[in-house]
Amino acid sequence: MARMNMIQAINSAMDVVMDRDPSVIVMGEDVGYFGGVFRATAGLQSKYGKTRVFDTPITECGIIGVAVGMGAYGLRPVPEIQFADYIYPALDQLVSEAARLRYRSAGDFTAPITVRSPFGGGIFGGQTHSQSPEGIFTHVSGIKTVIPSTPYDAKGLLIAAIEDNDPVLFFEPKRIYNGPFDGNWDKPAQNWSKHPGGEVPEGYYRIELGKAKVVREGSDLTILAYGTMVHVAQATVEAAGIDAEILDLRTLVPLDIDAIEASVKKTGRCMIVHEATRTGGFGAELSALVQERCFHHLEAPIERVTGFDTPYPHSLEWAYFPGPVRIGQALKKIMQD
Amino acid sequence: MTGDSRTNLPRLALHVPEPKFRPGDAVDFADVAVPPAGAQARPDTAAAPDSFHDLSYTLVRVLDEQGQAVGPWNPRLDPDMLRRMLLKMATVRAFDERMFRAQRQGKTSFYMKCTGEEAIAVAGTMALDRDDMTFPSYRQQGILITRDYPLIEMMNQIYSNTADKLQGKQLPIMYSSKDYGFFSISGNLTTQYPQAVGWAMASASKGDTRIAATWCGEGSTAEGDFHSALTFATVYRAPVIFNVVNNQWAISSFSGFAGAEATTFAARAIGYGIAGLRVDGNDALAVYAATAWAAERARTNQGPTLIEHFTYRAEGHSTSDDPSQYRSAGEPTAWPMGDPIARLKAHLVNIGEWDDDRHAQMDRDVAEQVRAAQKAAEANGILGHGLHQPLDTLFDGVFEDMPWHLREQRAQMMAEEEASGRPWARKEGH
Repeated sequence: MARMNMIQAINSAMDVVMDRDPSVIVMGEDVGYFGGVFRATAGLQSKYGKTRVFDTPITECGIIGVAVGMGAYGLRPVPEIQFADYIYPALDQLVSEAARLRYRSAGDFTAPITVRSPFGGGIFGGQTHSQSPEGIFTHVSGIKTVIPSTPYDAKGLLIAAIEDNDPVLFFEPKRIYNGPFDGNWDKPAQNWSKHPGGEVPEGYYRIELGKAKVVREGSDLTILAYGTMVHVAQATVEAAGIDAEILDLRTLVPLDIDAIEASVKKTGRCMIVHEATRTGGFGAELSALVQERCFHHLEAPIERVTGFDTPYPHSLEWAYFPGPVRIGQALKKIMQD
Repeated sequence: MTGDSRTNLPRLALHVPEPKFRPGDAVDFADVAVPPAGAQARPDTAAAPDSFHDLSYTLVRVLDEQGQAVGPWNPRLDPDMLRRMLLKMATVRAFDERMFRAQRQGKTSFYMKCTGEEAIAVAGTMALDRDDMTFPSYRQQGILITRDYPLIEMMNQIYSNTADKLQGKQLPIMYSSKDYGFFSISGNLTTQYPQAVGWAMASASKGDTRIAATWCGEGSTAEGDFHSALTFATVYRAPVIFNVVNNQWAISSFSGFAGAEATTFAARAIGYGIAGLRVDGNDALAVYAATAWAAERARTNQGPTLIEHFTYRAEGHSTSDDPSQYRSAGEPTAWPMGDPIARLKAHLVNIGEWDDDRHAQMDRDVAEQVRAAQKAAEANGILGHGLHQPLDTLFDGVFEDMPWHLREQRAQMMAEEEASGRPWARKEGH
């Protein structure tokens, strides 16, 4: 066991898999010599060489298109998109190609690629360094979407994602790269050293995709969250003294429906928390699923606590961010209903 | 105020390209430059990319008007190989005609011919090794036919029948065959370009000897993927051949809407630092020679080549298209580079290795071969005649393992089919 922050855990995951499997290659803007703008690939090029870890031109459609071709050859590429906000030029390659390749060729060709991309807000990133576009991809048949919330999960999930034979989008909440964030932006930042999720095995281990984790057991209500919002929700319910059960979904597609159903049927209430904008966000799908499957157990309307339906602002970040106040008000409402 | 101070300036004018001929117009292609065969230099395959200016603006041609193979690009193929080339091109044409008719007869939903462009896929594929990987667009059926992919398998796919290897999942002609080095065709244009580069980079990174080749039309060079592919290819000196099939038309849009009024497509290679060749696409020997040259360049780690195949789309874009609505009916016959099959035939006759009788016999043979394949394929079913694939295959292959939500939806669909009373609900098909 070692103490790692999420960057180190992600770096370790790639290191471990590259060491075991020569078909794994890492590519993206600034990931090679420099080691990535967030240092996630630091040291990998010097260890594995330039033909396995290399810098790319600044063309996201090219990065993903090339990765699909490498996958067709038999490699297992791990391309990085520097910020999730810049994944859109690659949408066609992801949606039309990577996601459909197995289906349209009836298994003749596959796209075993893992696209890593920092995502989410809380860092004064403004409009194009803060977005949470997971809902765009959960809508696409054939792509898996994974979002870790601790260093331990990040490493285990990333190893599983890279070894998975389907295309995986691995969104890394950059707000919690260095430490958990409870939403209290005006308090000193924490690091991972005291959080149990910062204990990370140095070697190989996997966390199965499609399995949620119960972060906190409780009986008053169920909170469905992922990424940074797991920590914000947890701090908020602790402060409010509410006995909430918090599920860290970890994988959005395929979703751990059994864990969700079991929890909501136990508590009778469900709150969904995500940073992404509300309309058409993944919370809408979660809400619909809970409503369909737990209707007779629900004692209150399902609450969604999300980002507002606006582009992510710069100076007004903490008014936009679904933090302790917004979650706290929603908690009051759902417990009174 | 701004208007006042600018009254003396000339008015700007927006240029919107317009093809020379529209329906009803008399066609005269006199201004299409057709340089003499054999007059183009053939550089060393290691030549620097910036030395290809002339070759990017002319046309590499081997077959002259008399049917002789002339000049430094003459690949000097033996007669057996030339006859095989002719046979494959004739097979492609016969296949196209048969499948076009099958669509008109309602046996399938869709088809696309490559009439007039047969030399590009056939001769290009013959110049590649059998295990080189191809990333085609939808108009390179000649690759599969040249690699002896069974015609019946192509037809099974076109009919989406019980034997369709793609389980009826794909639109007709969107073939896929890993075993034959033919990458799964996508409906999304030019996505295969960066994929081919990635495959070539992977081959290079593994110290393999195989190269990749990809094809797109001139219209889809306008896609962003074209740019990203060429950038990646030059940066990593990827062993890849880019083919641009300039058949003058992208559905109803003439090549001017892809930028052809101002430059050639081969010339685009120059700016990327890629070798660019512009080739008479109706000259099978020129296509073969250029592809063999580019393959050698790629195989010796000299990097990528872009080949513009200058040709003409002799028929409609697809079975859903009527070209008489946007271009003159006289264009295909007036095209100055002629017909690729007729030109190769003339060459074989010229060198005493072919004659009209043998040609007529070949045409009868390929027609019979295609007819027999069609009969056999139709025994596996045609589109619309009941269910061809087990119904639940609809959910196979979205992921490697089926997640719960797809299992639930599959169960729902099966229940719907039971309720419908249709025979489709029976899992075994037919």
